[in-house]
Amino acid sequence: MKDWRYWLAEQRGTLLAFGIFIVMFAIYTSNHPAGFTANVVQTASNKGVLLAFVAMAQTLVVITAGIDLSVGMIFTLTNCLASWLVIGSGVETAFGVAAVLGTGLLCGAINGAIVIYGRLQPIVATIATGAVYFGIALLLRPFPGGSVNEGLADALTGRLFGVVPASLVALLAVVLVVWVPFSRSVLGRAAYAAGSSEMAAYMSGVPIRRGKFTAYALAGLLAAIGGLFLTFFTYTGDAAYASGNAYTLFSIAAVVLGGVSLFGGKGSAIGAIFGALAFRTIGDLLFVFDFDPLWQPLFQGVILLIAVSLGAFGLFRVRNRLEWFL
Amino acid sequence: MDGAVPLFSMEGISKRYGGVRALEKAELSVTPGSIHAILGENGAGKSTLIKVMAGVVAPDEGRMMLDGREVTFASPAAANQAGIVCIFQELSLIPELSVADNIAISDPPKRFGMIDRKAQRRIAEEALARAGAADIHPLALVKDLPLSRRQMVEIAKALARKPRILILDEATSALTAADVAKIFAVLKRLRSEGLALLYISHRMNEIAELADQCTVFRNGRNVASYAAGSKSDNEVVQLMIGREYSHIFPAKPARAPGTAVPVLEARKLSWTDRLDNVSLSVGAGEVVGLGGLDGQGQRELLLAFFGVLRGLSGQILIDGKPVAIASPAAARGDRIGMALIPEDRKTEGLMLPMTVRENLSFAALDRLSRAGIIDRTAEQRLIDDMVGLLAIKTAGLDIPVGALSGGNQQKVVIAKWLMRQPRIILLNDPTRGIDVGTKQELYQLMRKLADAGAAILFYSTDYDELIGCCDRVLVLYDGAVKRELVGAEITERALIASALNIRGDEASPRRGANA
Repeated sequence: MKDWRYWLAEQRGTLLAFGIFIVMFAIYTSNHPAGFTANVVQTASNKGVLLAFVAMAQTLVVITAGIDLSVGMIFTLTNCLASWLVIGSGVETAFGVAAVLGTGLLCGAINGAIVIYGRLQPIVATIATGAVYFGIALLLRPFPGGSVNEGLADALTGRLFGVVPASLVALLAVVLVVWVPFSRSVLGRAAYAAGSSEMAAYMSGVPIRRGKFTAYALAGLLAAIGGLFLTFFTYTGDAAYASGNAYTLFSIAAVVLGGVSLFGGKGSAIGAIFGALAFRTIGDLLFVFDFDPLWQPLFQGVILLIAVSLGAFGLFRVRNRLEWFL
Repeated sequence: MDGAVPLFSMEGISKRYGGVRALEKAELSVTPGSIHAILGENGAGKSTLIKVMAGVVAPDEGRMMLDGREVTFASPAAANQAGIVCIFQELSLIPELSVADNIAISDPPKRFGMIDRKAQRRIAEEALARAGAADIHPLALVKDLPLSRRQMVEIAKALARKPRILILDEATSALTAADVAKIFAVLKRLRSEGLALLYISHRMNEIAELADQCTVFRNGRNVASYAAGSKSDNEVVQLMIGREYSHIFPAKPARAPGTAVPVLEARKLSWTDRLDNVSLSVGAGEVVGLGGLDGQGQRELLLAFFGVLRGLSGQILIDGKPVAIASPAAARGDRIGMALIPEDRKTEGLMLPMTVRENLSFAALDRLSRAGIIDRTAEQRLIDDMVGLLAIKTAGLDIPVGALSGGNQQKVVIAKWLMRQPRIILLNDPTRGIDVGTKQELYQLMRKLADAGAAILFYSTDYDELIGCCDRVLVLYDGAVKRELVGAEITERALIASALNIRGDEASPRRGANA
């Protein structure tokens, strides 16, 4: 009947982010000297997927009404680890990849355990664990360096059949293997329910703790996938503090652009991915229009403000002013 | 019904919250295939009783038997598992999820480890149909539904869990008459299917229509159980009262009703479905009470005066002149001079981690400062006055206000507003959860402020207080003023009867026997 309208309402944030990205990307490619070529798309994709992975990680935690300020540092730590381990024969490389992903999962699980069982505020807990993760990254790579299995790296950053960017395919695979099962599982629903109304979820007998813990742990895993790809792109490991922090903050921006509510319970990682891609395209747009790169932070800020304002319209309909503060 | 084996029973259940006894050796037994009504006034222990039953609250002592075996519930989920499902007054729906998601939330159908959305939708449609709410679309988000529809979803959700015992706590209070009729049909069908239903309601006519068995609670104890229809409304009200007066109230000034000059006046105030054409006036030196059952619009009425509600229709007059109060800041301004002592002092009245001094001077900072700089001497003088006037017991002014006792915290809230010397004082159930001694001091203070010329509007869930403190009492029911009681008319019987929207005080005592 009217099913499609409910579907549309539910996907509004995601579709909006998708629309913003498509428009921006169309402007970008139509003004690019080379135009819409496989090469341009590949470069854009390789730059975009890094933030997309970290934004997906952030989404999982934000859905539970938390926030993870350590995602950028897990990203950095796993980059440094990969620059040591993802090298050598096929078996050795495979072991390295598994170790890197396992480390990410562990970092996320530690965050989850502290927030859920230690009952600390997510913001404080993840600032602290983020500092610890960065500290370990620094011990691993006091100076930028290391190397990676270049065959694997080139395969995952190149093109499939000469046209499709492999990194984009990898992103899609991660969505299908991690996000889709999570969002449709009981634990995923528990994460949403806890983010929307933890008390109602408790009263309904929802496994809140396990749902939230899974969200934090998977966030660590997704950030590690991002770290792995960073290594594939750069062939090195680099414990760069500024870059880690930037990824954390940009992931929050991408999540908001993607229609995920910072109050929890609402939004999807797909939206956050488009949010991340759109956010990345801002820089490219400035490039094709010959703006000084110095303008980039300002433009990113303005676009973010506009996107957030769109989400705040609901406040005009509130009839009891005390609800503003709920 | 007599002689039927109880499906579930509670024996000697007690529960204390701090110094307050919520339940004291309460007993209850529930038989299958019947509707059991629980009655009692505000704070009689009904809510605690069902929270214990539903696994939300663990009792301090006593035991529960299900099918003749002793059971304990560690969580609501455990109670659900045992077949006890409760529909709470505070809704348990998750606003950002769809109706279908909510209905299936405790045990969603799964396929390959993921939630099977098609099966879930079928379950939801079936449950909605059973609840007589097939008009609700299963994909709609709960937050987009009006309150009455949400309540229907709540009932459908409970039915989807296949309960053996279904508890409805004021489940109809948000419903339209048409929905109530549907729900009654559903409840009667469930009874014939052998379910045990526990029905908590303040609406006597509903109980008369539905219940097989009634139990009255008072002061945390079950005081009487009887077959429905065997007692008159009057007798029931008498069972619900029966308390001794335990508070000491200041003497009320003798005054002919209606002689006070109105300072605060409302004409036909309406707001969404919570306030319905409320008109009232409060004069200088008058204490006017707001009575009625909890949640009949009293809180909204006070918020309306204080400039918190938007989309209010009707008129508010101060000193006989119409005013528009756009925010609490405007309400407390010099022209209006209003203060609201909020119900929840921990969230709306105090900043708990901040010091007593800071909390006291918050509301009056504009008066204590010049060009944005706080005059510390004037602040200290005023604070000393207030601490003295209210006898606030604190180890110092620079300790966090959260470290004070409940009674002293409430004094701080009141003192904070008195520092502005308000002309109109709104009190929202200010004595909830504070000790008797402090209560008495507050009663004295209220009268003192009134004598000094303040207009006081006082909402309380404690009938004794309304009787002891107020010159007049307006009883609200369903957002409308149902009765005004003046002077000697303010009796417990009249208050309870009009709160239940029956005219128990005037009916002949023999009416019930004839019926």
